[in-house]
Amino acid sequence: MRLSFKRPEKFSVYWAEVMREMVSTGIGSLGIISIISVFIGAATTIQVAFQLSSPLVPLSIAGKIARDSTILEFSPTISALVLAGRVGSSIASQIGTMRVTEQIDALEIMGVNAPGYLIAPKIISCITMIPMLVIISIVLGMTGGYIACLFGGEVTPSDYVMGLRDGFDPLTIKVALVKAFFFGFIIASICAYQGFYTSGGALEVGQSATRGVVYSCVMVLFADLVITRLML
Amino acid sequence: MIEIKDIYKTFGDNDVLKGISATFHTGKNNLIIGGSGSGKTTLLKCIVGLHEPTKGKVFFEEENFTDMDFTERVPIRTQIGMLFQNSALFDSMTVEENIMFPLNLFTKQSHAEKLDRANFCLERVNLKDKNKLYPAELSGGMKKRVGIARALSMQPKYLFVDEPNSGLDPKTSIVIDDLINDLTSEYEMTTVIVTHDMNSVMGIGDHIIFLHQGQKWWEGSNKEIAHTDNKELNDFVFASKFMQAAKEKL
Repeated sequence: MRLSFKRPEKFSVYWAEVMREMVSTGIGSLGIISIISVFIGAATTIQVAFQLSSPLVPLSIAGKIARDSTILEFSPTISALVLAGRVGSSIASQIGTMRVTEQIDALEIMGVNAPGYLIAPKIISCITMIPMLVIISIVLGMTGGYIACLFGGEVTPSDYVMGLRDGFDPLTIKVALVKAFFFGFIIASICAYQGFYTSGGALEVGQSATRGVVYSCVMVLFADLVITRLML
Repeated sequence: MIEIKDIYKTFGDNDVLKGISATFHTGKNNLIIGGSGSGKTTLLKCIVGLHEPTKGKVFFEEENFTDMDFTERVPIRTQIGMLFQNSALFDSMTVEENIMFPLNLFTKQSHAEKLDRANFCLERVNLKDKNKLYPAELSGGMKKRVGIARALSMQPKYLFVDEPNSGLDPKTSIVIDDLINDLTSEYEMTTVIVTHDMNSVMGIGDHIIFLHQGQKWWEGSNKEIAHTDNKELNDFVFASKFMQAAKEKL
């Protein structure tokens, strides 16, 4: 980890690598994050409305609960779990393949700080792009809830929107972004570590990718608990 | 000149190298030969710093490379070119980008100058106009030649080559050997080649070290190898009937 953040040999080359990784992580994951966010937002709204089907509870409360659940838990955590699969496995297998095909040795022979060149751009990319993806996920999650109301009928769209606007606490967004930042760091660092210390061949690259995804999912859920406990 | 002194390398309980000393001369093809598992590649990796020797020292022009840390090694490493067994080209980069990569990191040349250098290196290995191809689009022999071109890009003083002929047909192997031989004498490089290809040994072996069970078993040139009475070396070099017949004619 210390070597990953050593001063780069040439800033411009590393910056280009950071940009490339940002496009790969951010733009590359936009599709899957959009799809799961809309569906989770819609399903959450329908379930909350189903559980609160009492004349004593105002229907707008469904929007409020769906909003807070989406911001605090569903968007950051489920996005992180999906990204651990998509981005994490790609990081571990990419670096692992470079290890077993001697590309990392080639970097070291040239005098390049291989952990810095390969790992730091991926960590920087994940800790910046995952919070952005989470913001998009939150917006799309709420949009999914609205669509569910529009076509479902359990809650009217106006009640849902009223619930979304009712008693909004900006702290929830702060918590979501802090979670996203740490989840990004966990996914990139664990998967890069697993890839970097791969030895053997194609089979071991696959095993490293699997280990990277499993360990980062577990650590994401653990970090989720710790951050929630500390901030709320 | 590269000098190695009393190199030992142990992995767990396995002693792979047992006290190897040698001098690799400038302007010559220095070959490290030996059977599978004799420690050739491990020795090469100890010399270039990919493995740290358990004991012993490596000197590049009398500079103690072994005792240097990563940052201290960088100036020597920029003078090293290496061709790996599987070429180790960066998959995500084109041929041209592969060759320009070390130039981008370690020189202040303009883009045009770097491009000129890349074109020169490609021309030198007879791969003109292949700049925009990706490694996946190249044949095994072409990959080796691009690997050599990348190794040459920084005008190295030292060239290390690991199994240059593995996976190549005999004709392409000779082309690669001749290319390495020409470049070594043309640029006055200290070239160290790990091989078990007998054509290379007989063709370009100016200075040969034979490893057996992790030890230096024999040292000499390709002219001396045919007349040695070293049993293990004879068993290795003249293992095939073809080579035995060739030896009898000598």
